[in-house]
Amino acid sequence: MTVMTLSKALNEGMRKAMEDDPKVLIMGEDVGKLGGVFRVTDGLQKDFGEDRVIDTPLAESGIIGTAIGLALRGYRPVCEIQFDGFVFPAADQIITQLAKMPMRSLGAIKLPVVVRIPCGGGIGAVEHHSESPEAYFTHTAGLRVVSCSNPADAYSMIQQAIRSDDPVIFFEPKRRYWEKADIDTASTEWWKPLHTATTVRAGSDVTLLAYGPMVKTCLEAAAAAAEDGRSLEVIDLRSLNPLDEPAVMESVRRTGRAVVVHEAPVNSGFGAELAARITEQCFYHLEAPVLRVGGFSTPYPPSKLEEHYLPDLDRVLDAVDRAFGY
Amino acid sequence: MTIDASRGAEAPPDLVQLLTPEGERVEHPDYDIDLTPEEVRSLYRDLVLVRRVDLEAVALQRQGELGIWASLLGQEAAQIGSGRALTDSDMAFPTYREHGVAWCRGVDPVKLLGLFRGVNHGGWDPKEHNFHLYTIVIGSQTLHAVGYAMGVQRDDANAATIVYFGDGATSQGDVNESFIWASVTNAPIVFFCQNNQWAISEPLEKQTRIPLYRRASGFGFPGVRVDGNDVFACLAVTRKALEAARTGQGPTLVEAFTYRMGAHTTTDDPTRYRVASELEAWKLKDPIERVKAYLFKNELADQEFIDAVEAEADQLGADLRRRCLAMPDPEPLAIFDHVYSEPHALIEQERAQFATYLEGFRD
Repeated sequence: MTVMTLSKALNEGMRKAMEDDPKVLIMGEDVGKLGGVFRVTDGLQKDFGEDRVIDTPLAESGIIGTAIGLALRGYRPVCEIQFDGFVFPAADQIITQLAKMPMRSLGAIKLPVVVRIPCGGGIGAVEHHSESPEAYFTHTAGLRVVSCSNPADAYSMIQQAIRSDDPVIFFEPKRRYWEKADIDTASTEWWKPLHTATTVRAGSDVTLLAYGPMVKTCLEAAAAAAEDGRSLEVIDLRSLNPLDEPAVMESVRRTGRAVVVHEAPVNSGFGAELAARITEQCFYHLEAPVLRVGGFSTPYPPSKLEEHYLPDLDRVLDAVDRAFGY
Repeated sequence: MTIDASRGAEAPPDLVQLLTPEGERVEHPDYDIDLTPEEVRSLYRDLVLVRRVDLEAVALQRQGELGIWASLLGQEAAQIGSGRALTDSDMAFPTYREHGVAWCRGVDPVKLLGLFRGVNHGGWDPKEHNFHLYTIVIGSQTLHAVGYAMGVQRDDANAATIVYFGDGATSQGDVNESFIWASVTNAPIVFFCQNNQWAISEPLEKQTRIPLYRRASGFGFPGVRVDGNDVFACLAVTRKALEAARTGQGPTLVEAFTYRMGAHTTTDDPTRYRVASELEAWKLKDPIERVKAYLFKNELADQEFIDAVEAEADQLGADLRRRCLAMPDPEPLAIFDHVYSEPHALIEQERAQFATYLEGFRD
């Protein structure tokens, strides 16, 4: 067992993937000598060379576009988008090319490209550095979309994403980069399949559904609720596309109440998809409508206001209270 | 301000030409080509056959058998010349108009029709022909090509990559990013721009204030303008650029100066935006007529050969038509095929639901 931060776990996961497969490449802005602005790729260029850890020109569309070309040549590029708000110049290549080319080729082409995106707020950043753009990508067929919430998952999921023959959008909760945990790097037996959800706290009254940075918030809320005698189950979705529907539905059928929590705006957010699917599949089990806690329908606010914008323990518990009010 | 106003009959400056519109062989200090009579006849045959494939496809669209078609009429020499310069291990990334290059790469023309008939989004295996799928979004493929070329570099392979795009595409961010990327990585790539003077209705001067080939110098690699209606020159210039790429000399931008003699696609009406005299002027520079004139002048072919190629073209056209009409419509459940390479729960769920739904309509 080794104690690692989430960012180090990603680093070690990529290192392992690069050792296992010489076709794995890292590419992005400042990923080489600097090791990335969050140091997630620290030391990789030193050990694997400039041909495998590529400091790219400052052009996000170029990063994804050339990664597609490298994948066509048999490589497995892992692209870093420096911040969530900078993925949009690459959105065209991701949506029109990366997501669709395998289908266009009738299966002749596989594009094993991973797009790593540090996401979410809570670090006091300037605008465009705190966004949660996951719903744009879950809406795009052909992409797989996952989000890790803790160091152990970061370590295993990044390796699984790199092994996937499909393109994977990999969201990293940037404010949790410095969370620490014990990781067993000697074994893979504890790894769960990439597209499965995990129950990170068992409970019987309400199911909290979260991913990425909000999993920790929900665990804190569940601990606080327990003091009031309420038993909250917390599910870390881990994968948004595909969604582990059986795990979600089994829990909600048991608790009869579901609260979805994400940082992204509630309006047309991923929670809307969850609420609709739960309603379709658990209608007669529900004691209350599926409630959503998330960002407001505003642009992400200046950092002095972000604590009001971001869901926190109290906002989650407020929703739980409301779920009991029906 | 330098505006390139040479869209009409006048030859623009710095044009590499080895065969005049009248079929006269001319010398160029930097480019030469030594073709056997058999090779010249073979180039002529390719030009005629791809023009026939194209005409047949236009006719099929007019008769409702294709939803749309993007004609290559007038650009045959640019495509056959550059396409024939490629070796088997070179890789080509086309737009949606490179039917001539597809021909050179051995793609069965009927496979080009799937996209335009609406039965698939691209019906050939790119690896089998080293010819990527058609790309509809303007300029996207230039980045794919550079990435591919970076892979070739890492494989230490003796191969070059060529990417096709048009004059309009040169305004796209992706194309400019691809120039930067290729330049700083010294990628083994040839940027082959077919400047056909028109991006649908917009003339070249809406895209650029300088001749396109001169853009290359700002990115740090050579640019050359070639007579895009001269198959000899296109072959020679592309061959040299590909060899430069293979030998570690990095990218070249080739601007093939040509003319889109037809509409942008079959949905377009060029009479709304360009004058008939322009087309008439370019007809005098037809890429096929000049090779025919050269063949006759040098007694490399007789009328019998010309007639035999015509007959072959007729047969090819008829065969293409027959096979287009015989193309089966895809099954409804094909919607769910190949969305992902690995099993995907949601896709399988929707496939099963839709299959059950369809089953409900059976008697």
